Formats: sequence, C-alpha cells, structure tokens
Amino acid sequence: MSDEALETEEFEFAKIKPVLVDPLIDNNPIILQVLGICSALAVTSQMITALIMSIALTSVVAGSNAAIALVRNHTPASIRIIVQMTIIASLVIVVDQILKAVAYDISKQLSVFVGLIITNCIVMGRAEAYAMQNPPLPSFFDGLGNGLGYSLILMTVAVIRELFGSGSLFGVEILPLVKNGGWYEPNGLLLLPPSAFFIIGLLIWAVRTFKPKQREVPEFKILPAHGEVA
Amino acid sequence: MSETSMQFASTLKVWRERAKAYADRILSLPNDSFEKTLSVAFWLCLVCAVLVAFSAVALKSLQEDNKAADMRRNILEVVGLWREGADINEAFKRFEVKVIDLKTGELAKDVDPNTYDMRKAAKDFKLSEPLPRDKDVASIKRKPKYATVYFLKDENGELNALVLPVWGYGLWSTMYGFLALEPDCNTVIGINFYDQKETPGLGGEVVNPNWRALWKGKRIYDQAGTPVLRLIKGRVNPGQEKAEFLVDGLAGATLTSNGVSNLIRFWLGEEGYKPFLAKQCPK
Repeated sequence: MSDEALETEEFEFAKIKPVLVDPLIDNNPIILQVLGICSALAVTSQMITALIMSIALTSVVAGSNAAIALVRNHTPASIRIIVQMTIIASLVIVVDQILKAVAYDISKQLSVFVGLIITNCIVMGRAEAYAMQNPPLPSFFDGLGNGLGYSLILMTVAVIRELFGSGSLFGVEILPLVKNGGWYEPNGLLLLPPSAFFIIGLLIWAVRTFKPKQREVPEFKILPAHGEVA
Repeated sequence: MSETSMQFASTLKVWRERAKAYADRILSLPNDSFEKTLSVAFWLCLVCAVLVAFSAVALKSLQEDNKAADMRRNILEVVGLWREGADINEAFKRFEVKVIDLKTGELAKDVDPNTYDMRKAAKDFKLSEPLPRDKDVASIKRKPKYATVYFLKDENGELNALVLPVWGYGLWSTMYGFLALEPDCNTVIGINFYDQKETPGLGGEVVNPNWRALWKGKRIYDQAGTPVLRLIKGRVNPGQEKAEFLVDGLAGATLTSNGVSNLIRFWLGEEGYKPFLAKQCPK
C-alpha cells in the first residue's frame, strides 16, 4: 500500500549532513537565493523579535517539509500547490496561536509577520524544490537547514541594527545612549526597514568576495551611452 | 465478555476493515483521477482543520489570560503603578471596574463589568451605534453604548484616579489606549497606547515614555467646559498662553499628532465621557 514503507532506509548522518549544513552559508536562502527578504526587513530592528521570528519560520519550514514529503506520492499534480499551501498555512496558524499563548508581548510586536510566513518564498520554495522529491526525514532536515540559514542572516542583521540603532542587544544596553546620559548617538536609519536592505546587500557582497563560487555571471552587459567612447 | 460488548467489538472490527479497504482503494487510485483528487483534498483539509481547531481551543484560555494581563498592565502603567515583575492581578485590586452608559453618564447596572469588552462591543451592531460623519472626530465609525471605567481607590476608599479607554485613527492604524485623570475630572495623570501601528520612530513615538511624561498635569476642559487639550506643532513653551492645554507634537508625525488631538476631543466631548464626567464631578 505505501511507498513510504520502502523509504525506511537506515538513517545515515553522513547523507543528511550536507542537506542540513549547505543552506547555512553555501546555499543560504537569503544571501544566495535572495528569498524571504520581506520579513528579514521587517522584524530585524530588535534581536528578540528576530529570534522569535527565526524560531517560528524554522519550525514551519521543517514541519511543512516533512508533512509535504509524507504525502508527496499521493498528491495529485493538479492540486499540488494548494495541498502545500494548506499544510503550510495550518502550521503557521498553530505557531501563531502558540506564540500568542506563551510569548504574548513579542507576538504583538511581530503582528502580521508570523501570519505572513505562509507567503514566505523559502517555505514554498523548499516544498517544491526538495520535499516533493524526497522522503520525510531528509526533507525535515532540509527544512531545518534552510530555516537555520534564514535565522543566521536574520540574527546577523538584527545584531547590527539593534546595536547601532538602539545601543542595545536583546534590550540590554551596550552603548549608553546620549538621551540616557551616555555618549552614543544612535543611528535612526538603522531602525527603519531600508537599513536592512543595505546590510543584507553588504553581507551578500562580503560572502561573495570570500566565496567566488556564489558570484553570478551577468545576464547582460550595459552598453556605453551614446557619444561615449567604449 | 457480555453479549453487547462482543457485539460492539465485532462491529468495530467490521468498520476497521471497511476503513482499511477504503484507504487502500483510495491510495491505489492513480494520482490524477477525479476521485483521488477530491479525496486527498477532503482528507487533507479535515486533518488540517482538526489540527488548527485543536490548537486554537487548547490555547484559548492562556491567550485570554495574556490579553487580560496585558490590559491590566497598561492600566496600572498609565497611573504610574506598574513595576517590573510586580504581581499584576494583586496590584490591580485597587481598581474598581464599572460600566457606564455613555449617553446618560449613569452606571449601567445590567452590564457585567467583568465580562463586558468595550473594544469588542464597538464592533457589535447591537452594542454600538454608527457615528454620523460630522460627529466622528476620531474616525472610529461606531461607538459603543457602554464604556468601562476604572476607578483607582486608596486604602480608605478615596478616589485617586479615573482611567478611561480611548481610541482613534492616526496615520496607519487605530490607536488604542488609556487616559488617566485626577479625581477632579480635568487634570491628566497620564496617557498610554497599548495597540498602535504608527511609523516606528515617528508616529510610533506615541508610546515613548519621555513624550508621555509631558501629559502629566495638563488640563482638558476650558472655562466653558469644552475639551481643548491638543497637540501642537513643535514644543510648548511653559510660559506661553494656555500652555496647560497644549502638549508637544510628535516630530515628523503630523497626522499621528492630529489623531491623538482628535481622539481626546472626541472621547472627552459630548459623544464620549463628558456626560459621565459631568455627573462624576458636578460643578
């Protein structure tokens, strides 16, 4: 009856490891694939919100990947995307409900962004690219790896934004602010979403400098303007 | 085994076999057949619905406790009684919660203050009334018929403060908050907003404690009994005329500032708490 029974091959960590580790830097969903930018801009002005968002997204990707992989052999192609969306949406609602129950203040700050995990390209992307072709366990680790890759970038951006934007980390004052009698004048730009764009751009630049493999071949060249000598 | 339980066991067995036969049949159908598509959609939705419903129901009481505690924390905060780590429910015992009829200003005896949710009531067609455009100063469209008012009393039962729920539209969002008044019904103790989505750093500064501290001691009503307290552009010079009725505007957030002025004008006017305050503090 079930093809899943055939998949109970032995769990080998050696096979799982690249699935888990690759998305951290080498194949990072944010800095290589440039997915999931919306929430990366929105929730990174404080570390605590970035952390909770990371945990929420990671658990949703890992869970949805496993669930989608479980039903992949019985998913009619015609309703494939809806099946994935239903699973993802249900998990997101459950995560949102849990946050409202155990971390009320933070869920208030995250407001719609937890709900918007449904539309996060990373979640759908992993479902289509990996979970539809692989057994549940590797899919789970693929989701976990991609979630952690997302989290890594989110936390990096949040450290920069909170430290230089509010002079604190996790709400603990590190650089005493002028308005509290210290010496540090915070950079207000870092509290606004565009700053995350700049930081992520700089991160991509830095990573591609050290990992030339990630550089993309330009799809077209910009021609010199009229009258200019090439 | 008794006869009935044996009967039950055998029925169960029959049904189990039927279920298994059904599952086998469905699973062995080609994926793109009509029946399989419908079955997969149906069963998937059922499982997901149960999961979602279960989590919503199981966590509901925790969520409601959180919401109530958050509300109480904000009420304590607006009168300056909130201390980090304090027992919210213990501290909140000093408040007496009453529901009043906004139109008459009288106590609404048939409404239970423990269960009445003013914010929800404002969206309930039975418990609220639409506001005509010329009276809808705070852009809230409907106003509840009854309002919850929090009376802060000291050990001797003497009134120390009145806390009034207020809300109004800013730039992006409806800002929900509390306004605390001295027992004279005219002097402000504090204001805070517990739910707003104004621009962080600009309009979002309505939650900034430094700005909110400017409200203390300001007055609402002039000699004629009109609510005149409002935000102005720039800073208030303490020596300037009528400085007691003016608060610094939020820098770079004119529309949010107007929203705050409007909600004060609405909620302390005839449509809001004025009838109640007139009865509470007769001249």
